[in-house]
Amino acid sequence: MSTAIRSIRSASMVLAQANIDTDRIIPARFLSTTTRTGLGKHAFADWRKKSDGSEDPDFVFNLPENVGRAILIAGRNFGCGSSREHAPWALTDAGLRAVISSQVADIFRANALKNGLVPVVLDEDVVQGLMQRPDDELEIDIAAGELRTPSGAVHVFPLDAFARTCLLEGVDELGYLLARDADITRYESSRTPEFRHGL
Amino acid sequence: MPTPKTLFDKLWDAHVVVPETAEAPAVLYIDLHLVHEVTSPQAFTELQARGLKPRRPDRTKATLDHSTPTLPAGADGRLPYASTQSEAQVEALRRNCAEHGIELFDLGDARRGIVHVVAPELGLTQPGLTIVCGDSHTSTHGAFGALAFGIGSSEVGHVLATQCLLQRKPKSLAITIDGPLGPGVSAKDVVLHVIGQIGVNGGTGHVIEFRGSTVRAMSMEQRMTVCNMAIEAGARAGLVAPDATTFDWLANTPRAPQDEAFDEAVGHWLELASDPDAVFDREVHIDARAIRPTLTWGTHPGTAIAVDQRVPAPTDSAEAKAQAYMGLAAGAPIAGTPVDVVFVGSCTNGRLSDLRDVARVLDGRHVHPRVRMLVVPGSEQVKREAEAEGIDAIVRAAGAEWREPGCSMCIAMNGDLVAPGQLAVSTSNRNFEGRQGPGARTLLASALTAAACAVAGAVADVRELEAATEAA
Ligand code: SF4
Repeated sequence: MSTAIRSIRSASMVLAQANIDTDRIIPARFLSTTTRTGLGKHAFADWRKKSDGSEDPDFVFNLPENVGRAILIAGRNFGCGSSREHAPWALTDAGLRAVISSQVADIFRANALKNGLVPVVLDEDVVQGLMQRPDDELEIDIAAGELRTPSGAVHVFPLDAFARTCLLEGVDELGYLLARDADITRYESSRTPEFRHGL
Repeated sequence: MPTPKTLFDKLWDAHVVVPETAEAPAVLYIDLHLVHEVTSPQAFTELQARGLKPRRPDRTKATLDHSTPTLPAGADGRLPYASTQSEAQVEALRRNCAEHGIELFDLGDARRGIVHVVAPELGLTQPGLTIVCGDSHTSTHGAFGALAFGIGSSEVGHVLATQCLLQRKPKSLAITIDGPLGPGVSAKDVVLHVIGQIGVNGGTGHVIEFRGSTVRAMSMEQRMTVCNMAIEAGARAGLVAPDATTFDWLANTPRAPQDEAFDEAVGHWLELASDPDAVFDREVHIDARAIRPTLTWGTHPGTAIAVDQRVPAPTDSAEAKAQAYMGLAAGAPIAGTPVDVVFVGSCTNGRLSDLRDVARVLDGRHVHPRVRMLVVPGSEQVKREAEAEGIDAIVRAAGAEWREPGCSMCIAMNGDLVAPGQLAVSTSNRNFEGRQGPGARTLLASALTAAACAVAGAVADVRELEAATEAA
């Protein structure tokens, strides 16, 4: 059961690059785990460390002013690539609650929402504008589907009605599906012959 | 008159348990759930925590591929796992499958291999099914006219527990490819070219149906290569309508319906095509005659150029960064770039026809001394069939390594790595920074091109290599 989220208030971290893929977010060598937890320290592993293995002090995650920031602003097509849910697990474990981009890849978006990581999709020029002011405290209002800036600008972002309810009420999708058991049983017994054969 | 439907509409409609509304997504039924060791342990843990059992273990099939070594067991009888964690993942899947009565193609099983290679070769992948796996390249199975897509680990749990998923219906995109393929041009070149045209986010939010004379002329293996990389265009799934080519493939598989049931199934499968007047949300046309052997120069699969082209000038800072990472200079011809590693394998190009392509190029030639070449069959079956044809002997004689089946250097989590800074030509599907190992640089290409590069020790045009042989 995920916990309810009504709003997120935070300054941001900026990764001004398009097509940040899930191998970037969490490299494959960290997927040899059988749990969901503890991946935060490996988020963007190959960007936050230098080739000698030491932390790169210039990487956004390592800048002292960014400690505790819960919003990441990234270039277009964030989260493309693999279906690994380890990507949102790593980001939320690292303290992120929302990702702002002009496009978020399909599987990543679905995975993010299941883990209370809110994808905020806005026009590219709006995203570019937000990238210029990472220190502004932004407010993401889930119920209204709005992102508000300290200067009073309000940007509406699309949020599927079901996703919104799940975030606001902490609805658990598996519980929702389990409650459809009678429908699923009816469907299984009503299948047309071409789908009935064994595997 | 009923509204004309696309193939995707037909597949979707047939699997809706509860229709979608403004408030809630559809409940969609899943016919076949494929499972591997990397994305499933957390889902099984979730089930256990809630006291749930898999609803349809009979519709769930598991294999081991991502973490498994491609080197045989050592003198002590132990497999050379990359880490104890990798071995623990394999053990976890074994335990979960045994506990819940799920069929597992385990190490040592003649049916084991990369999940997207084994399900089609067993005939588990059939037209008209919905197929999911905690793996983005599940799109591969769309080559059979199945609606197949990748899901996250939470959703793996949803399907295990309920055989259903909550889904909003994606949009439809028709990509029509017409014309014959030139010499040395394969399905991989076609799909790299397509992604180069529409971009790595060109298919986002869409299910792509690949159509046209080029696609109809393709073998099942070629169609799988194309659908496999639909996800690299951001698409939810790729599809090809089933036809005689599909049925011929399935007729030779153990898990497809047999005898009379097969004929009956074909009758149903023939209906799985887009109606002539069906409307797609978007359409794209590609002229296959324009496609040449194609490689990538950057750090995403949309950076495709023909082998005889030059690395383009970067159009933004991301492209400049990608070129710096790749060590490629704008304006330089891609051909002639020195190559350190060649990897042939993966669910994109690790099938028998790919290994035949490699053998065709390597026969009587030698891998360049600078190059380390790995040839990794996609499955035990592919390995057996290739060895029966003597492909392993040709590969070894040429100085390349012939390995055990698995994902290997495609994802580089089993210990098969490209070293930092090395340049690899790979038949896999992702050239992301560090995909094949930290600091590794990847050019994606077809099996033919990869083999030609291995021989030349540099990016090479397979057409020139083969023309030179014919002239000699
Ligand atoms: S071969 Fe590569 S892309 Fe295919 S399933 Fe394995 S890791 Fe994924």
